[in-house]
Amino acid sequence: MSIDAPAKAIPQPRKITTKPRVSDQIFRAIVTAFSFSALVILSLIAIFLLMKGFNTLKQQGIGFITNFEWSVVVDDGGVETAHFGLQAMLIGTVVISFIALFIAVPLSVLTALFLTFYAPERVKRILVTVVDLMAAFPSILYGLWGFFVLMPMAEYWAKLIHKWLGWIYIFDLPDPIYTRSPFIAGIVLSVMIIPIITSVSREVFAQTPLDRVQAAYALGATKWGMIRAVVLPFGAGGVVGGSMLGLGRAFGETVAVFSVLNIVFRTNFQILFTQGGNVASMIIQKWGEAGPSEVSALMAAGLVLFILTLFVNFLANSVVTRTVKSGR
Amino acid sequence: MNTPVKENDGNGNLMSDQTNNARPSSLSDVSANRERNKVGGTAPLGTGLEARGVHAWFDKHHALSDVSLDFSAGTVTALIGPSGCGKSTFIRTLNRMHEFIPKTSMAGQVLLDGKDIYEPGIDVTKIRLQIGMVFQKPNPFPSMTIGENVLSGIKLAQLKVDNHDELLEECLTRAGLWNEVKDRLGAHAGGLSGGQQQRLCIARALAVKPKVLLMDEPCSALDPGSTLRIEETISQLSKSMTIVIVTHNMQQAARVSDYTAFFLSDGGPGQMIEVGPTTEIFSRPRDERTENYVTGRFG
Amino acid sequence: MSTTTVKPIKPWAASPKDRAMTGLSFFLSLAVTALIVETTPMKGKLAYFFLFFLSWFIIDSLFVIGKSGTKGVRDALAAKVTLLGATIVSLAVFSILWATVSRGIKGLNFNFLTENMRNASLFDPIGKGGILHAILGTLMLIAIAVFFSVPMGILTALYLTEIKGKAAPLIQFLVQAMSGVPSVVAGLFIYAAIILNTPLRSSAFLGGLALTILMVPTVTRTAQEVLNLVPRDLREAGLAMGATQWKTVALVVVPAARSGLITATILGIARIAGETAPLLFTVGVFDSYNFNPFKGDQGTIPTVVWRGLIGGTPESVQRAWTSIMVLLTVVLIMFITARAFGTKAMKKK
Repeated sequence: MSIDAPAKAIPQPRKITTKPRVSDQIFRAIVTAFSFSALVILSLIAIFLLMKGFNTLKQQGIGFITNFEWSVVVDDGGVETAHFGLQAMLIGTVVISFIALFIAVPLSVLTALFLTFYAPERVKRILVTVVDLMAAFPSILYGLWGFFVLMPMAEYWAKLIHKWLGWIYIFDLPDPIYTRSPFIAGIVLSVMIIPIITSVSREVFAQTPLDRVQAAYALGATKWGMIRAVVLPFGAGGVVGGSMLGLGRAFGETVAVFSVLNIVFRTNFQILFTQGGNVASMIIQKWGEAGPSEVSALMAAGLVLFILTLFVNFLANSVVTRTVKSGR
Repeated sequence: MNTPVKENDGNGNLMSDQTNNARPSSLSDVSANRERNKVGGTAPLGTGLEARGVHAWFDKHHALSDVSLDFSAGTVTALIGPSGCGKSTFIRTLNRMHEFIPKTSMAGQVLLDGKDIYEPGIDVTKIRLQIGMVFQKPNPFPSMTIGENVLSGIKLAQLKVDNHDELLEECLTRAGLWNEVKDRLGAHAGGLSGGQQQRLCIARALAVKPKVLLMDEPCSALDPGSTLRIEETISQLSKSMTIVIVTHNMQQAARVSDYTAFFLSDGGPGQMIEVGPTTEIFSRPRDERTENYVTGRFG
Repeated sequence: MSTTTVKPIKPWAASPKDRAMTGLSFFLSLAVTALIVETTPMKGKLAYFFLFFLSWFIIDSLFVIGKSGTKGVRDALAAKVTLLGATIVSLAVFSILWATVSRGIKGLNFNFLTENMRNASLFDPIGKGGILHAILGTLMLIAIAVFFSVPMGILTALYLTEIKGKAAPLIQFLVQAMSGVPSVVAGLFIYAAIILNTPLRSSAFLGGLALTILMVPTVTRTAQEVLNLVPRDLREAGLAMGATQWKTVALVVVPAARSGLITATILGIARIAGETAPLLFTVGVFDSYNFNPFKGDQGTIPTVVWRGLIGGTPESVQRAWTSIMVLLTVVLIMFITARAFGTKAMKKK
């Protein structure tokens, strides 16, 4: 052993390299290639929608977002004047989605708390299946149910709300027509996003560190006291993230909203009135009789919707991941 | 069943317990010691905590069999024994934390100042206010500040306190943490070291003024320096309350406790083999198994 | 052992007296509710529902306050409010299921499942024509979507769990992002990319492609969860024997996770089987059999429902309900099968 040698030098960690065998190289190449399909698909969606919607975007400029007129007029000479503005649809989408959140978030959090902390084992198992099942219902079923079952009931609820809270602007309405309103569309959407928010919240609540739960109980907390002191602070991030995932779903929902909403190109905040906007539903409504220029506008609308949901989903996922990781 | 020591301490109510198969553990020394205790078994300490014929089950598994132990007011009792001997289960039956594990059951009585804490209709949260607990791993609430942590029990139990600041200082001082944190009470508890966090948990438990403090291996996650600080804290606290501490560390039991109870499981349910003044358990235990354990022959 | 005579008890469980009190407050609340509904202008199911919970809150609070004070009241109240939330959610689900079955069953007959609509219109009486063509069409679409999305999803999941390359966080993120793509956008995209650019026109194949976009994220995420459950030592055992990673994955990891991967596939199918919006752009509607997946419009169950709903006559709406019942039955069976496979996969570990 040569201790005399300049032994001060700290040994560098040796790099371990393996040369994978050919079969492994092929395997890795194939798997890696396929794993990029998500990237490819997402990029292609953006590229093609942009390509086909480009004319509209160029023609309408920022007005595509800020105007609320949607018309194609062909004059006698065959010259087409088109106005495409999404403002009413975008605002309508946001209004309906927030009504949905307003209903769904409390119900989901309560359900998640009930499932995690109150329900007896048997009830819990059944209810968890039921909630998961809800997520598997086709959206057209929600549309059908919303139109034929919910709407008659919700019309009555809307009348009640108007009767007692009509003095507030958003619960007032110009004509007593309560069907196919943003309110009803919001309720249908809320039922659709409840399973998403509930299952995310439940997962986060179930991860509440047991030692903190015990600490609260050992200090003489009731179950509710424990939930407030420990579970809700811990799970808040998950609830927010789950709600945003639900919001993303609500933004993009099409046929269910279409069935129960009267789409009108006018910004309307009176949620009980039969007049609302929704980008996704508007696309299928206009699709049937759309000429080439309108198809381009619908493509552009699809692009806006795509970017919007992508953005909300991105935020939601980063919130959920962060809360689960930080353990807070 | 071959129970090593069966001595009747002449305590009539122990014998009269129906669920108990007339097998009181050796409590004579404890009872005798109670006489020379600093506080004469009266308020504010109460008369202490007493377990009578306590059994515990996890589903079908019988984890703890027939433990009767008397924790006199103002004493420190150490529960020692190898892993799986039921000592942690036992300490959790003492403030009704046992029942949080699904499918558990128990038998016997636990008396606080002579009243059964398992009495039907009793408000269990009030029991846990009087019998505080400190856990193996420090578990302060990370979303709260240091000050909020200490006062969290007050808030959770909705107690009325005249002067929060005073209580805060008192509890942190008794837990031996005041000087270290007095300038950063508004800081989050996560920034404290492990030992400080554990003392914060002790302060938190003290804030609701419990008569009894249960400590389930409070130092097992800490370094030796922090362990020493906690032990000092325990000695300080023992002047004013009854303490039960589970520990794996026999030196620790010897250092901090007045009495020691030895638990063992011979493959069946855990049992209490022997209890007595700590010095005697460590110097001349009556049971061979106790001797084997304290001399380090197994466990 | 002499101690076996001791009976385990649960002193913390509700005593008969507690239960009697709970029952009493429950029935008292029912009575109060009925009284209020009878004597005041508040009427209807809604009134019953909320008045019951309200009176239950109050009456039970009175019971609890004697026992454990305001702290106990808040606790008891919280328990009831969470129950109220869960009840409302359950009511919504059962309302949907009940509506589907009670309304759908009326239109169910032999013809409905064995005929097509070539010689019948949506507005004809119910006995005429059926949706077999749509059932077959939906199956064809599902087969196409499975053909593309299962390999894609499972290989992506393998990348995330086995290879864990540098791009893994990015891929993970993209898969999550993809799960949020609105179904209408998937349809628009296929239309924009293929129908507007190539001679291909709407067909089952294009619909399958659109559904693939929606199915891949579900398959990937579920498959990933399942593959993560495969114990590490199984992999290491394979590698330690000198097997290549490829062999280890193919012969050890994937077989170990097989039933879980089936679950992933079924959940993916359940996700897309009822999608409607993309089909309007890519598949069109058709009233008879079309066995060529690459050419010509295709009948599908969701579009039958869609047209029935839009049609608005009692007959067309009846067809919609019965069709959705058929679809829902299929989805539920798949869902339950997936659960069964899923539990089996968990139990093996």
